[in-house]
Amino acid sequence: MLVSVYRYNPETDLQPRMQDYNVDLPPGKDMMVLDLLQLVKDQDQSLTYRRSCREGVCGSDGMNINGRNGLACITHVSEIVKNGKVVLRPLPGLPVVRDLVVDMTAFYRQYERIKPYLQNDEPPPAIERLQSPEDRAKLDGLYECILCACCSTSCPSFWWNPDKFVGPAGLLQAYRFLADSRDTHTAERLAELEDPFSVFRCRGIMNCVSVCPKGLNPTKAIGHIRSMLLERGV
Amino acid sequence: MVTNVTSLGRNGLHDWLVQRISAVVLLVWFVYVGCYAVLHEPLTYLAWQGLFSQTWMRIFTLIALFSLCAHAWIGLWTIATDYFSVHLMGKKATALRLLVQVACVAVLAVYLLWCIHILWSI
Repeated sequence: MLVSVYRYNPETDLQPRMQDYNVDLPPGKDMMVLDLLQLVKDQDQSLTYRRSCREGVCGSDGMNINGRNGLACITHVSEIVKNGKVVLRPLPGLPVVRDLVVDMTAFYRQYERIKPYLQNDEPPPAIERLQSPEDRAKLDGLYECILCACCSTSCPSFWWNPDKFVGPAGLLQAYRFLADSRDTHTAERLAELEDPFSVFRCRGIMNCVSVCPKGLNPTKAIGHIRSMLLERGV
Repeated sequence: MVTNVTSLGRNGLHDWLVQRISAVVLLVWFVYVGCYAVLHEPLTYLAWQGLFSQTWMRIFTLIALFSLCAHAWIGLWTIATDYFSVHLMGKKATALRLLVQVACVAVLAVYLLWCIHILWSI
């Protein structure tokens, strides 16, 4: 199988290039893309990429696989191979540190902006803040995000304005705390999001939903945030 | 919070709402005028003049014109802030973006005043 990998080392390369590798796949096995990358790395030790849990939990190995963002560790080669070829590039829209490793600073800065932690001004109870099963159920489909950045880096609005638009991953988490019955800072959170960029730069093209490796729906969460802003602002 | 002084309402919710309401107004106006033109085939100058000389139609058209300008400005402002950004083009982007925005406002203002002039001279 031909594997074409984006290569760039800022210390030695003037510009990035695609490098082809011929990899012999073990017969009778449907490997994951991460396993394929390991076979490439066996040939060329200079290849750099992030990986950790190898089971779609840590979100380290998000990359662009044959034109579509995904996690290398849970993407079967058979699912994405086109004409016997696999093309691997770093996540689009973020600066490349080296090869398939991107600088996630802009992504994390937006995540930090939405204050991704519970804020409650009421005196803490003796044991814990309780939540009804119905209120807890509202967080399903929101808390599972692993921050792999596959969604935000497939969003053109995030490519154009990574410093202003929160992006689908950040907005999914923003709604996770807006929807939490234990959080008392709803008004402050919404006030931070009502400008023309933070939420409203989303044009609803749903690339984020299409690529999310956890099957989450940031567009729906963004719709809920818009509805909350509308209820508050009209 | 990202502050911006050139968007229509300085507020994302305001612009989002105006864009949707203006789209509905424009849809109703174009469907009405389109149906009128089809139902009065062949459309004569007198029929056209008769339609636009009525006060309610002038007001309806004026509302549609304001909707068109607001809708166009929000859309063009969005495009300008997407493509003419410092992130993509460097420092020259700010001057270029301002130039594009001023040009858009000038064109929309000319169209608006010109249309009002035509509308009230029928």
